[in-house]
Amino acid sequence: MSEPPADIATEKVVAGHPAVRALVESFDQQFDFAPGLLKAGENQVCVRVPPDRLLEVMTFLRHDARCRFEQLSDLAGVDYLQFPGATDRFAVVYGLVSLTHNHRLWVKCFVNDPDPKVPSVVAVWKGADWPEREVYDLFGIVFEGHPDLRRILTWEGFGAHPLRKDYPLRGLGERESYPVIGRDHA
Amino acid sequence: MTGEWQATSRTMIEPGRDRRVERWTLNFGPQHPATHTTLQLVLELDGERVVACTPHIGYLHSGFEKLGEHHTYDQYVTVTDRMNYVSPMANNIAWHHACEKLFGIEITPRCKAIRTIILELARIQDHLLCLGAMGLDVGAMTVFLYEFKPREWIYDLFEEICGARFTTSYTRVGGLMHDMPDAWPDHVKSFCRRTPEAIDDMEVLLTRNRIFIERTKGIGVVGHDDAIDWGLTGPMARASGVKRDLRKDEPFLCYEHNWDGAGSSPPQFKVPIATGGDVYSRYLVRVEEMRQSLSIVEQLIDNIPAGSVNVEPEGKRTLSSKSEVYFSIEGLIHHFEKIMTNRGFTPPMGEAYGAIESPNGELGFFLVSDGGNAPYRVRCRPPSFMNYQCYPQLIVGHQISDVPPILGSINIIAAELDR
Repeated sequence: MSEPPADIATEKVVAGHPAVRALVESFDQQFDFAPGLLKAGENQVCVRVPPDRLLEVMTFLRHDARCRFEQLSDLAGVDYLQFPGATDRFAVVYGLVSLTHNHRLWVKCFVNDPDPKVPSVVAVWKGADWPEREVYDLFGIVFEGHPDLRRILTWEGFGAHPLRKDYPLRGLGERESYPVIGRDHA
Repeated sequence: MTGEWQATSRTMIEPGRDRRVERWTLNFGPQHPATHTTLQLVLELDGERVVACTPHIGYLHSGFEKLGEHHTYDQYVTVTDRMNYVSPMANNIAWHHACEKLFGIEITPRCKAIRTIILELARIQDHLLCLGAMGLDVGAMTVFLYEFKPREWIYDLFEEICGARFTTSYTRVGGLMHDMPDAWPDHVKSFCRRTPEAIDDMEVLLTRNRIFIERTKGIGVVGHDDAIDWGLTGPMARASGVKRDLRKDEPFLCYEHNWDGAGSSPPQFKVPIATGGDVYSRYLVRVEEMRQSLSIVEQLIDNIPAGSVNVEPEGKRTLSSKSEVYFSIEGLIHHFEKIMTNRGFTPPMGEAYGAIESPNGELGFFLVSDGGNAPYRVRCRPPSFMNYQCYPQLIVGHQISDVPPILGSINIIAAELDR
């Protein structure tokens, strides 16, 4: 627990698929910001992208001949509230798969309270629709430009965002104080 | 139609309104036998034709990802049983596959072989129910009942190896709950001899059955590019011509070259691809996958390497065996250290994503660890969730009687969908 958090280190080279690593190295020329590489597991390369550049980077990753990340394999949220040493609150993690080159890339987008929002990538991958709704539902991160941003797993009017770290495991009394519909009002 | 009838009918059309644009809204589910599990569809109908569909999910949301933050790496395997309960073994393997990636553990060759065999048995188990239900959806009740016989045999095999039929929880970090019984390979071989006939029976009833073909061919078509764009994986994507199978593309367990460190090659098998993208193609892909799975099991069952199933039993990286716990003081101390909440496993700080080719597609777990006993964040990448989101597009324009077969061909398991 005493080491610096592996997750937000910004060292340049990490273990990973050589092709993807070379690809990420070349981003420095492509974009004027330097995407910090984040340490992930073996054979996993992760790139940090600021929210305002996300759409541009994602469109590039989807269509560029060297990248060809045709599939959005996964889209998840992470709440770093209690993570030792973390500076940003939320991360939206995009898992991209290239079927052409058979490699994977992870893209992270960090956002903060009080108004966490990232641009929606539904226009880039249709499959981002429900995962974005799920992250919105469970973390309260707003995806700007999403065609139909509604809660998906909990009900409308649930109010809280259960996968946030400040939401207790037992819930906030939704179970106990649920309005019971009597026979007369059914 | 007399004027009197029109006045009393509930479907009364107001004078001057065109009956052809009259739309119905139908609540399909959540309690409906044809939805297989707890799903709700709000269908907008023009006569019997589906014009629009809004799926509502979340009826079985049980906070599995939240629970993962409060369970240790070995405890959480019991929760994964309850995700895709049709093939729980595949979830167990996927979960600990991701954990071992995070921990940096390379499991033993014996463990790899046993896990591969049970993963393929789980695939057969899942496809049997899916295809049986697909038959049931178009009125072929017999197939559904036939398919439960080989499923029972697989349940028997799982019961023998781990003691449970349904909630198996067989894997552990770096190994298995315990080694397989000595007689188990013989029973698996007996299963492999009996099952092709059961698959043939189903094929005789369905594959060239005119009613089945007319109900399934050209129904619910997903194109090749759409399948990739929607994030489809597994049989659903392969039925649309997408050449993607994690067993070949990102090999794990015994699908890897030199998996036992002694130069063994992976079992020979083909990945069936269909190009139709319709319900019938998904049926054909699944049937062929079952045969390939049987072939994988047959190739491996005689070649299970000897040795331990747990990695480094002395190195204190995994739980000690039960005989160690009960009959030696070191084993008991080590066991307590691993299960105590303030000790337990100490993974490196960081994150890992491990995915396997589960029966339904890519089943992955994304883990974030802060170095503590339990994961900081557990994300399950469920194939059902990603496969189901294109469903409204598949049924628009079809008849209402096509709604259940398409749903069945996607093979939605709501517990995994909602988690």
